[in-house]
Amino acid sequence: MSDNETSAAYPPVAAYLLGLGDDALIYSHRLGEWLTWAPVLEEDMALANVSLDLLGQARALLTHVGSLDGTGRSEDDLAYQRDERDFRNVHLVEQRRGDFAQEMARMLWFSAYQKALYAALADSGDEQVRAIAAKAHKEVRYHHDHAAQWVVRLGDGTDESHDRMQAALAWAAPYVDELFDDSPVAVAAAVDAGVGVAPSTLRTTATIAVEAVVAEATLTMPAAPRWRSRGGREGIHSEPLGYLLAEMQHLPRSVPGARW
Amino acid sequence: MVGVLVGNVVEAVRGIPDPEIPVITIEGLGILRSCVLDEAAGVVRVVITPTYSGCPAMRAIEDEIGRVCRAHGLRAQVSTVLSPAWTTDWITPEAREALRRFGIAPPGPAGAAEGPVSVTIGRFGSGRHTVACPRCGSEATSVISTFGSTACKALRRCDSCGDPFDEFKAL
Repeated sequence: MSDNETSAAYPPVAAYLLGLGDDALIYSHRLGEWLTWAPVLEEDMALANVSLDLLGQARALLTHVGSLDGTGRSEDDLAYQRDERDFRNVHLVEQRRGDFAQEMARMLWFSAYQKALYAALADSGDEQVRAIAAKAHKEVRYHHDHAAQWVVRLGDGTDESHDRMQAALAWAAPYVDELFDDSPVAVAAAVDAGVGVAPSTLRTTATIAVEAVVAEATLTMPAAPRWRSRGGREGIHSEPLGYLLAEMQHLPRSVPGARW
Repeated sequence: MVGVLVGNVVEAVRGIPDPEIPVITIEGLGILRSCVLDEAAGVVRVVITPTYSGCPAMRAIEDEIGRVCRAHGLRAQVSTVLSPAWTTDWITPEAREALRRFGIAPPGPAGAAEGPVSVTIGRFGSGRHTVACPRCGSEATSVISTFGSTACKALRRCDSCGDPFDEFKAL
């Protein structure tokens, strides 16, 4: 499928929602990779549970995208039959699994962003988006709470855990701006249509939530990053996404129509 | 004969056990939103809602509704709705008691999850309400993990009798 063909198939509102669905799908996959690698068994289960919530949100969003874009594609078509350039997720969620502190830094920012996002989308002009957001908002509150507890535990823990948690916040910092970027073309259209929210309007709420946790954890907000990720919403990705998709899409692409 | 079968179908659908917590029914859990028999069309129209967005039991529940309706000589038409979003406040008093007897602490009020947070670690934590041990009744219990064996449960430990147990999370 060429980039031009698929891009042309998305009306702007569908393209906006595709970004939200892809964020949930790709982060769900990354969290699923923690199974058997988390520091304790309970954490394997917790990360898998968060992953499952995000997968459910992705399914609902992608199904809705398929109904809006006029192509009749199913959630599975969208998840498994698109190439890297057709994915619209931000770079934060596609980065490789790092150490556990990095995962908690990523989850802290992403859940703070999603909490603000879904709260705002509860007033969307699109009935299905409202329904998805109202349900998802209840779930991501637990994700944020989980990440917050770990950031505090590690930050206010030993010297080693404190330093690694602090380093993890610095690791995540370059990816934060992209979450709140209004410049992707689909954003303005989705806002004009009354369906979406401008990501920049979510920034203050999300940042306050993160800052409160960081302060409680005896950590400091990292200095302004020297570079910033961009382009995910336009399909320009970093190297790890291609590898992730190769694994995620291998079976349905190798054995089309496979069922189990 | 068909009439006799049809007469019981709505009760039978209501009584379908939750696949993950078989001591409570889908009605008691609040995920069965409506069940209406259209006798003329030979169809039972059933509306269900998931507990969590990613609840993996939905397909099993749908299949079971279909099986129960077929056993009554009817066809099931199952639709899934997301709105209004499911809340643990819809779990009936009978189902809460069944959960407790099964060893799962029933959920506290969902609204409380938005309120001030009591302390587990620092200001962040999930000890938002008192959770009694379903085995010994002690209210001295603590959270091991807010994500338990399924999406809808947290894992806790009783500080009195020492037993670990599941808590149905308020949502």
